[in-house]
Amino acid sequence: MSPSSLYPASIARLALGSDPVRRAIYIAGMTPAVWYFYCGLVDELGADPQKTLERVLGLWALRYLIACLSITPLRRLRGPNLLRYRRAVGLLAFYYASLHLGVYLLLDQGLDLVAIWADIVKRPFITIGLMAFVVLLPLAATSNAAMIRRLGARWQRLHRFVYLAAVAAAAHFIMVVKAWPPEPLLYAGVLSALLLFRLRFIRKRVAAPMRGRNNLSMRQAN
Amino acid sequence: MLIRRPNDIRSSEITDRALYLRRRDFLGGAAAFSISAAMPLGAAAASLSTIKSPLSTEEPLTPLKDVTSYNNFYEFGTGKNDPAAHAHTLKTTPWKVKVDGLVAKAADYDIDDLIKNISLEERIYRLRCVEGWSMVIPWIGVPLASVLERMEPQGSAKYVAFETLVRPSEMAGQGGIFQSLPWPYVEGLRLDEALHPLTILAVGLYGEPLPNQNGAPIRLVVPWKYGFKSIKSIVRISLTEKQPPTSWNLQNPNEYGFYSNVNPAVDHPRWSQATERRIGAGGLFVKRQPTLPFNGYAEQVASLYAGMDLKANY
Repeated sequence: MSPSSLYPASIARLALGSDPVRRAIYIAGMTPAVWYFYCGLVDELGADPQKTLERVLGLWALRYLIACLSITPLRRLRGPNLLRYRRAVGLLAFYYASLHLGVYLLLDQGLDLVAIWADIVKRPFITIGLMAFVVLLPLAATSNAAMIRRLGARWQRLHRFVYLAAVAAAAHFIMVVKAWPPEPLLYAGVLSALLLFRLRFIRKRVAAPMRGRNNLSMRQAN
Repeated sequence: MLIRRPNDIRSSEITDRALYLRRRDFLGGAAAFSISAAMPLGAAAASLSTIKSPLSTEEPLTPLKDVTSYNNFYEFGTGKNDPAAHAHTLKTTPWKVKVDGLVAKAADYDIDDLIKNISLEERIYRLRCVEGWSMVIPWIGVPLASVLERMEPQGSAKYVAFETLVRPSEMAGQGGIFQSLPWPYVEGLRLDEALHPLTILAVGLYGEPLPNQNGAPIRLVVPWKYGFKSIKSIVRISLTEKQPPTSWNLQNPNEYGFYSNVNPAVDHPRWSQATERRIGAGGLFVKRQPTLPFNGYAEQVASLYAGMDLKANY
């Protein structure tokens, strides 16, 4: 992939038209949600079905967020270029976050607005979880070709907030559990690695002109 | 938006009835022998003969499959299904309980000697977990008071400390580099709490010896406190003068106090304790229900805490 495809206009071009792979990603991506809702309806979600459903939907949201954030590092590490599927994966993360929130509001709390409000203002883990969702909202709303065109360079700046959402989501997961079970820490670890990679890359990019000159001089020396 | 229940008759009630009838059959069939007199507790599939208790609740029971598959027993892993998956490796025979500290009859007791000649009672109790869910469980056990009185506590004894087995070779959650809690798991009660008639040492549930994942072969049940106080697979009971350390308090003192009485007015710092979800009470659309002070046992136990600030002594 040429560097020009990084620019918003190229992404917009990629996003236009129908792509069977992308469609397959949406369908496959939503399968766990459909499956778990089905299990819930036939009472096969175990002893505490609301909690289980809430948990698996939140987990999938986090998984898709991590997958979404892995696409650029994968490309930098000379892996496959999946950039054209990033929007689908990011939107899946948003859909799962919405379902996770919906299950909390409707099935867990029974839309008890007083209890929900108390949770939001008094429970840091709920506050942070909701914050992650609120951060994802404008990102999801601008995940279309028209908005990419309209926002231009600002689109990319806006979409960097996905890192904030991911950090908040991982913190939300750690804070909801008792003691230190391994699973939330594992997710936080993978996310930290992705963030570190990103920071390293940014630093490299800042230093890039300098290194480019060095390379040139080395080539000349050879 | 209203969440409607799919049906007025909850599937759990139907299951419960079947199990309930089965349990009665066991009681009838088992009348000829008494576990406390003749049978070692470890004997597999031995049904337990019990007497009923006026302290039991008449609320619908949580189905057996939920009671035995949804457990917090970190010695076998932190997942709710981990204990059911891994606890079969635990060997519960022979089983000794060390009784020590401020008692006249300190010794290592075989579990059968510990509860010998004390009638097994069925106690149907609510169990409220600190995580906001609850069950109704037909325990089988003996009053802790009966056991303690037999040990003749000294006048200076003010607390009872309990300890769970440490055996990494048989307890999957105690092995490996990643440990969720320091072992052994320890708990404690004030002596008057320990001697309260509601407090039992359970050796069975649903008419059978305790499944391993529920704390076999002997565990504490203190129904007005959060579930983690009801320590499982006990190997040591010590009478002490000073308040003993308790595992969750050691792990996070801001979140778990020594008393840990069920109290809807005192939130866990990270979540509300005002409501609870009854496990196995009807699937995805069952609503939360209000949590009661002392888990509904206020009438029996509130006097133990007269004059105490329960917000400070959480």
